[in-house]
Amino acid sequence: MCLIARYLEDRGIATIVVGTALDIVERGNPPRAVFMDFPLGHGGGPLFAPAQQLAIAREAMAALEGLSEPGQIVTLNQTWPEGDAWKSTASDESADDVRSPRDLTPRYQLEEDRHLVEAAAGD
Amino acid sequence: MSTVEYMRTIREKYSKMGYAPYGWHEATEAPPWTPLAKPLSECRVGMMTTAGTYVAGQEAYFYKDDTSHRPIPSNTPVENLRFSHLTENYLPDARRDPNCAFPIEPLRQLVDEGVIGGLADNFFSCMGAVYSKRRVDEEVAPAIYEAFAKEGVDVAYLVPL
Repeated sequence: MCLIARYLEDRGIATIVVGTALDIVERGNPPRAVFMDFPLGHGGGPLFAPAQQLAIAREAMAALEGLSEPGQIVTLNQTWPEGDAWKSTASDESADDVRSPRDLTPRYQLEEDRHLVEAAAGD
Repeated sequence: MSTVEYMRTIREKYSKMGYAPYGWHEATEAPPWTPLAKPLSECRVGMMTTAGTYVAGQEAYFYKDDTSHRPIPSNTPVENLRFSHLTENYLPDARRDPNCAFPIEPLRQLVDEGVIGGLADNFFSCMGAVYSKRRVDEEVAPAIYEAFAKEGVDVAYLVPL
């Protein structure tokens, strides 16, 4: 994502990267970024937490408007609601992994999504 | 508690699964900079995620270097949003509440409140786990730029998975 942020910014689009993996964002060095110490997959915020999700978007937009120097990463004033227990799982490289194979097959979230696409292709 | 070392963890995990090591590009040059041309309350805002977001009815992503992207209309009801990404272990919450990874409702709310001027007709997503920096530079980034430019956005809100 940082490569894309830099590409866009270089061509006149102001960007803000809303990141949850600090080491990855630091390495990618985007023009502007905010960081929350949340598990990956939660750049929008915790599950079913609309007030916090809105607060995150609001703070990220404020950072975007306030930053005046490239390469800064602003840590948002946001706390993961269930404490730090998620970090031990996230750091465990031996945890089971049940993901689908890395190949050329489209991986639908739902079977019905596949049926919709196949039905449309058959028209 | 210190932050998670994702690069180390993911590298070790991939190696145990028999995948080639994923390499994160290290950007050593100073980032480019586009100042905001007008107040945020007058800006047209786009959003993009690398979470493999698609709308029911669109083709899903495949997991081996899929460099394609999907337009996601910014008025899409959240119940029609789906996710398909190599790192499926990060998707369960987003699949229950898409705003976790694709905060479409918060951005709509910020328009209602006048914090941002408006939203692009289409947001975008791709499946971020592309192993080739060259393909990101030559395929993904230019396509996303063209797509945002066509939408006339002033600002891109970028949410990595």
